Amino acid sequence: MADTLVAEPATTAPARRGRLGPSPWHALAYVAPALVVYATFVLYPLGRAVHLSLFEWDGLTLATFVGLGNYVEVLTDADLRAAFGHTLVLIVFFALLPTAIGLVLAALLTRARLRGLPFFRTVVFLPQVVAMVVVGVAWRQLYAPDGSVNDLLSLVGLGGVARAWLGDPTFALPAVGVIGTWVQTGLVTLLLMAGISRIPDQLYEAARLDGAGPVREFFAITLPSVRAELAVALTLTVIAALKTFDLIYITTGGGPGNRTSVPSYEVYNRAFRLGEVGSAAAVGVTLTVIIFVINLAVAWIGERR
Amino acid sequence: MTSRRVAVAALLGALGLLAAGCTPGSDNTAAPPPTDRAVQTDIAALGPVTLTVWDQEVRGGQNEQMERLNAAFQQQYPNITIKRDSRSFDDLATTLRLALSGNDAPDVVQANNGRADMGAFVAAGELLPLGPWARAYGWDQRYPDSVSQYVSYSPDGKVFGEGEMYGLPQVGEVVGIYYNPAELQRLGVAVPTTWEQFEAALAAVKAAGTTPIALGNVEGWPALHVFGTVQDQLVPADQITDLAFGRKGASWTTPENTQAAQRVAEWARAGYFTEGVNGIDDNQAWQAFARGEAAFLIGGSWYAADLEAAMGQNVRFMPPPPPAGLPVSATGGTGLPFAITSASDAPDAAAAYLDFITSSDAMQVLTETGNLPVVDTAAQTPPAGLSRDVFAAFAAVADGGRLLPYLDYATPTMGDTMGAALQDLLSGAQPPEAALSKVEADYAAFVEKNG
Repeated sequence: MADTLVAEPATTAPARRGRLGPSPWHALAYVAPALVVYATFVLYPLGRAVHLSLFEWDGLTLATFVGLGNYVEVLTDADLRAAFGHTLVLIVFFALLPTAIGLVLAALLTRARLRGLPFFRTVVFLPQVVAMVVVGVAWRQLYAPDGSVNDLLSLVGLGGVARAWLGDPTFALPAVGVIGTWVQTGLVTLLLMAGISRIPDQLYEAARLDGAGPVREFFAITLPSVRAELAVALTLTVIAALKTFDLIYITTGGGPGNRTSVPSYEVYNRAFRLGEVGSAAAVGVTLTVIIFVINLAVAWIGERR
Repeated sequence: MTSRRVAVAALLGALGLLAAGCTPGSDNTAAPPPTDRAVQTDIAALGPVTLTVWDQEVRGGQNEQMERLNAAFQQQYPNITIKRDSRSFDDLATTLRLALSGNDAPDVVQANNGRADMGAFVAAGELLPLGPWARAYGWDQRYPDSVSQYVSYSPDGKVFGEGEMYGLPQVGEVVGIYYNPAELQRLGVAVPTTWEQFEAALAAVKAAGTTPIALGNVEGWPALHVFGTVQDQLVPADQITDLAFGRKGASWTTPENTQAAQRVAEWARAGYFTEGVNGIDDNQAWQAFARGEAAFLIGGSWYAADLEAAMGQNVRFMPPPPPAGLPVSATGGTGLPFAITSASDAPDAAAAYLDFITSSDAMQVLTETGNLPVVDTAAQTPPAGLSRDVFAAFAAVADGGRLLPYLDYATPTMGDTMGAALQDLLSGAQPPEAALSKVEADYAAFVEKNG
């Protein structure tokens, strides 16, 4: 905080520099330690990744400069395009569904004033606490041909739709998505509950006096009041959807065929297993840009009043 | 304003440094290691040496033979200390590439034979050609051509299957058919001795309500061995060898290969494989076979130890029975060969180590610990039980039949491409022709680039 205060005069009022406050070099000296760390561990690797993405390189022999060739491949290669397409599906499962479910759950949990609230809050949040690898392994058991999901289906007479969910060309991606929904809903619910609990009770009382029911209350008061929390929740979950790696790695390895491959998995696969480092870097940079743009958009929508 | 300008200047400076910072891999362009050099075989004269060895011999018997041989080697040469670093097959594959190009590379590494690993390392000059030591120690006599082709490359890494030796394998591998004799007897199905009988047996087992073949294919590679086994019976051997070594002039879309793919697709449609084959993994599949839930398991000799432990007398192994009138043909070759890195500061000590762990004494240790030695196999007395079947199968294929290379050797990306294509083939998501054309595209692109 102190850094920005000192830096402020230098950047906003250059005309008065010299009379007011110390020179910008002082400011730079204050931010230097942080900047050095940031540059070493974030900016330099990022620049290096951009640099690598301009080459065709197997990680061992001398690379060949291909300009934007790897980026053209990201756009034209059917498998890579499909990988980016799969993340769009995952965004629905990782971000949109949890937000919808989380809104309802949060409204219920805060407004219903039921006993044992901390217990329910913990249960809902639990998936967030468990390591993703453990989540993947557990769900793999659930989805197995003789796993609990299929048992449950047979129990209610739906044995006909039972299948090896993670090996099914049509259902593998949604099946992975559902795991994401399960994991992210807790986070979204908790964030929204924090937001809802800050809404003054008088607002609800006033609404009730005006004759509003619970549904009307929700749309007239709750939803507009948690706009900021919604933006945060969407940002976090959309990033999680785009970055999904561990879940894919554990459950399907991108299969069957390439039907669950996602960009993060492709980065790993190409760099470490296939020896296509340049292409991996290009996918990584493209993914970074997309995440950045989506975050800007969500932040912009969230701040617009 | 000024501080912003400073920031911009700093950023530009950093980018400039990056651009000037050379082309990736340029610190790695020294001339390829010489194929001729004076070698020292008097190891005691080398003085104290520490050898760093990276292997993937982590399972029971594999680990045991490694420990025994390392101890014996250090006893024979007290001036050498072995620093062993052992990790799983997958972990080794993903870390080796980085380790070899780093400054602190190990002396001896186990590198997979194919173009994705050994081929890439040879092309980058990371491994030493073993010719000089092969002549000094007589390795060229120790290994027959049928084995040494699996570890031979041209010094530029472009030709696979001939040229210089770059590694020495310890164990042999053969893909065959495990079967459950009690289950077959219960179902009234005779043990097949020809390919036609095998296919009839599959149909009979299915008709009796049991799963014919246990297969779990989340990983993609298990189906490669099933496809390879079918292909070995239907496609001429020289076609398969050209394809698997990534040589010019072959094709995946020949009528014979198409027929093999159609056959696998038919098997899948007929329900010959474990239900939900792409949704269960390799471990689940062989464990299901071990519990008697399937009559056959098509897989490599590497399952033998685990299956025998789980099933005792109730499992047998045979090479794929050939179509009537044809020689026995199976996929197989060598376990991961041991190679010497060009960064090693004690290549002579490393060569002595390679010689030691592949000597005839070592082959005996391998046999005693339940492994399948790659040479001198016939001279060994395998322990009773499943090992005897495996030894016999390897001898039958390597001596009297055709040992055909693994299909994923072909190109750096073939394991991935074929794995995905076969998943699609098994699930019926793609017809055989479409699955094969994806494989052909990978092969053709590589062959063209390789020149």
